Amino acid sequence: MTWLAADVAASREETPRVRTLELDVPDWPGHRAGQHLDVRLTAEDGYQAERSYSIASAPGDGVTLTVERLDDGEVSPYLVDEAREGDRVEVRGPIGGYFVWDGDEPEPVLLVGGGSGVVPLAAMARQRARVGSTAPMKLLRSSRTIEEVIYREELDALAGGGFEVVHTLTRSQPPGWTGYSRRIDRELLAEVAWPASESPRVYVCGSTRFVDAAADGLLQAGYDARWIRTERFGATG
Amino acid sequence: MIVSRGFRGRRRDGPPDRVPPGQYLTDDFPVLSAGPTPHTPLQEWTFTIHGVDEPKGWTWEELQALPSETVTVDIHCVTRWSKLDTVWEGVSVDTLLEAVEHDAPYALAFCDGGYTTNVPVEDLTGGKAWVAYNYGGEPLDPEHGGPARLLVPHLYFWKSAKWVRGLTLRDEDEPGFWETNGYHLRGDPWLEQRYWGD
Amino acid sequence: MIGTSELRLDGNAIGGLLLELFGAELTAAPCVCGSCGAREEMARLDVYLGAGIVVRCRHCEGVMLRIVQGHGQTWLDLSGVGSLELSSQ
Repeated sequence: MTWLAADVAASREETPRVRTLELDVPDWPGHRAGQHLDVRLTAEDGYQAERSYSIASAPGDGVTLTVERLDDGEVSPYLVDEAREGDRVEVRGPIGGYFVWDGDEPEPVLLVGGGSGVVPLAAMARQRARVGSTAPMKLLRSSRTIEEVIYREELDALAGGGFEVVHTLTRSQPPGWTGYSRRIDRELLAEVAWPASESPRVYVCGSTRFVDAAADGLLQAGYDARWIRTERFGATG
Repeated sequence: MIVSRGFRGRRRDGPPDRVPPGQYLTDDFPVLSAGPTPHTPLQEWTFTIHGVDEPKGWTWEELQALPSETVTVDIHCVTRWSKLDTVWEGVSVDTLLEAVEHDAPYALAFCDGGYTTNVPVEDLTGGKAWVAYNYGGEPLDPEHGGPARLLVPHLYFWKSAKWVRGLTLRDEDEPGFWETNGYHLRGDPWLEQRYWGD
Repeated sequence: MIGTSELRLDGNAIGGLLLELFGAELTAAPCVCGSCGAREEMARLDVYLGAGIVVRCRHCEGVMLRIVQGHGQTWLDLSGVGSLELSSQ
């Protein structure tokens, strides 16, 4: 059927609640930046649970997931706290033909991510670096604190050559912080986003509330709704 | 079957005389919905019984003026969570049906937002069902069906229609929103009547 | 308290389910609402998780798909979809 065996090859902590898992999926057909997969876990008595996770790795770089532990989660506590090298899960995918960016699109790209919503956007940034795309790309990312910024060093280091990262920290900021320190709103977007005259491509990912607020703010900044692609994670951050 | 070492899930088992087969206990109160939360102003809200010679309706004030009951019941969702000892206050459907002349065997509950569900009148009477407007001692939250929802705890909770606005009494059983698409016509959790053919 | 609006997802959330049912990627497939005629990719439709899955038009909130899964089978009501455009690739 459509479910493939996937073994945990490696795992590392990104932040206290977020873990990255590198999966070995022998029959993986390949994927595009922005796609996700479904993970299925089966307990010994046959009980099953499934959840969707965005693929963090760029195409050709294996299958890597970054998972945030939800307090009342069914699958994420297992993936973040329990799963270790050699454990086996099942995956289905890749999934998605809408929320994807391949790197050959010429328009400027605006990526807007809230919390773990940055995961598929990071795959796009990694893809840009991989294929040497010159499309200007800006990542506007919202996190609660500096400690909770996922992939901070890696993505900040990718800056340059037309890729820029803009942070906002909404709950607390480190001493000397000069970046934004509030939830994304219309004014912030107007300062950061490409001018509407550039007809950019936009990808927004995060909780439903985050995505709706960001999309509304961009519409108010003159963006066409057709340019804005969204992926909602529901009530989580 | 590929088993993931160490995976159990969040489920908690409960006493078998309280938790129907295939169900797990939850401490929170999951919000499930078939659509956006309606927000009907109370001054426009009515509850109406149709399908009788003389349809009867109540405004919000009139409903509040009816004798109410506070009940403690267990609820069971077809998605497998059960919550024990939930406390509700509302008007018994017996009280409402006493206001009309009826002998219809079936009812179709209808709601703001368009949701419907069918319930045999026998399952709505004899102290088994309420139009509930308080939960846990507080006014029922819109996300949980406020201002008022149908409460039929001995059936799966999709029958406890949120944002209920009335009942249409019928001679034949007309499947509602979910019953037309795979869910069981009656939905008794103790017989595990989840889907067609159960 | 989690509001129902925060539980509203989009068509991306059912991409895997649709892949399994149709054997095709459908999140980018344009769908026409049978109630109001609006045309949007599946990924742009509103998805609600109730007793089953409900997919609604983001313009008129009309029900487009209803999905129930149980007993190893799926009940799929597409009566609210006017048309679905599938890629030939």
